[in-house]
Amino acid sequence: MRKEFRLAGAGGQGLISASIILAEAIASRTDLHVAQTQSYGPESRGGSSRGDVIISDSQVDYPEVTKPQYLLVMTQEACSTYAKGLAPGGVLIADSTYVKEIPPVDGTVKSYPISERAREMGREIVANMIGLGILAGFTGVVSPEVLEEAVMERLPKSTWDLNRKALRHGFEVGMQMAGRGEVVTERARAQRPGLGELEK
Amino acid sequence: MAESRSRLYQGNEACVEGAIAAGMRFFAGYPITPSTEIAELCSVRLPQVGGTFIQMEDEIASMAAVCGASLAGLKAMTATSGPGFSLKQENIGFAAEAEIPCVIVNVQRVGPSTGMPTSPAQGDLMQARWGRHGDQEIVALSPAYVEEVYSLTVEAFNISEELRTPVILLMDEVVGHLREKVTLPKPGDLVIKDRKKPAPGSRYLPYAPGEGEDGDIPPLGVFGDGFRFHVTGLTHGPEGFPTNSPNVGEPQIKRINSKISSRREKLCKAEELFTEEADVLVVSFGCSARSAKKAVKDLRAMGVKVGLLRLITVWPFPEHLIQRIAARQLKAVVVPEMNLGQLAREVRRCLDGRAPVIGVNRVAGKLIEPADIIRAVQEVR
Repeated sequence: MRKEFRLAGAGGQGLISASIILAEAIASRTDLHVAQTQSYGPESRGGSSRGDVIISDSQVDYPEVTKPQYLLVMTQEACSTYAKGLAPGGVLIADSTYVKEIPPVDGTVKSYPISERAREMGREIVANMIGLGILAGFTGVVSPEVLEEAVMERLPKSTWDLNRKALRHGFEVGMQMAGRGEVVTERARAQRPGLGELEK
Repeated sequence: MAESRSRLYQGNEACVEGAIAAGMRFFAGYPITPSTEIAELCSVRLPQVGGTFIQMEDEIASMAAVCGASLAGLKAMTATSGPGFSLKQENIGFAAEAEIPCVIVNVQRVGPSTGMPTSPAQGDLMQARWGRHGDQEIVALSPAYVEEVYSLTVEAFNISEELRTPVILLMDEVVGHLREKVTLPKPGDLVIKDRKKPAPGSRYLPYAPGEGEDGDIPPLGVFGDGFRFHVTGLTHGPEGFPTNSPNVGEPQIKRINSKISSRREKLCKAEELFTEEADVLVVSFGCSARSAKKAVKDLRAMGVKVGLLRLITVWPFPEHLIQRIAARQLKAVVVPEMNLGQLAREVRRCLDGRAPVIGVNRVAGKLIEPADIIRAVQEVR
């Protein structure tokens, strides 16, 4: 089993951070192998930015994402660039705040006004956490509790509440997108999450 | 929550943690991408363990500071990339000649010159071996996985201490910037080697070989421990003072070479996959070896009799391993590397015409893809 995730958008949207948090949660709380890479322009704001995560039940050989099964795009440019690279039968999740046109893909397309919703929650900067929550909720690869622990290890305390709220919201949206029920919050599952959607 | 020893580490971060676990307490450097995180993290981590971080005015000075710190008794390291590696060569040669243990990390990027700053390459394989003037053997280790960055950094320090010699950790941008799950060894499970020191009160000859096993490696006194001795880059006698005497100079130069070449089999680490049942052998190292491993697994699944030799120790060169595998009839040896054929040239030398060597080369700043290697193997007739 090897699954590839790509989180793409503009510099400053926090997608590399989100990819690191996803990888960190998987590395420290599951038995899966994980590899994370990134790509960005010289700018710290604007420009293109991308975080990639590979998860596998054996050691990852080739460490780069080639055909992601799960693609989160948070700008029109990222969508236009990466949509065609989606693995057949993969899932594309678009931030409809900025993505207005999605080219035809051989897979499932879901969209949600991620950045707009983050703004309503208080700060657009937490849009990455909603996006990450959606990916986790949709795939079931890690529980929200596990992601929250990774957030708390990496981000400053003053941001925890809002980030947690954004993550939870994203997770619920992701679960609904995948057509599943209530958010599983039980601790046992958080400690040893199964592969959920990825098992299929 | 139970203490987990598995965590996500970046390659450069694993290098710093491995170095500290090995006992590094001094780092001098001049940050350069893609090695920058090593200096950055050393500046945070070393003060926490009572060590010293110093950013010097350039690479030449930082390599000199590393030599000085090591002679003062500290395990010392520097980290750099391509252009900085070139600048450090003079003082790496000094460390080889003066037999100063130290570790030099080179996170390779595309060259020549300033090349492509944050793009991966493996073009410094030969510079690691031949970058200095004069004759000297060197030890260079090349990790392919983040977990291996940690263990090989420890190993680099151990070898440098045991053999009293500079050791190069030849990383590349892919491995340096990649984040992977790493399970750290328990503190008690880690083997840490320290340099042999002279007995207190003895008459100390810093460059006099002794008797018995490892007698070719003289103990190293610590400046400040009461041993007065002379250190120079000039060819020297047992006391460390310069000499032009052929009778004294030649044995000294031969000894700093043979202390490494005579330990080739012990020093050479490699990973082998299906090498005993291969018609085609793939030889690679570092990041390219990950693509090679994927290619070999895919080809095996297609029924192709192919094997992989992944070099972990790149210098001294593991010619005995290549010759052992090539003792069976090979149709060809395929060598993927992110340069224009530096490893292939060495493999060809070892094979001495016994099998054709086919290069898979890329200097575009992008990792070789498994498909490129699969194609090269499939074209072998």
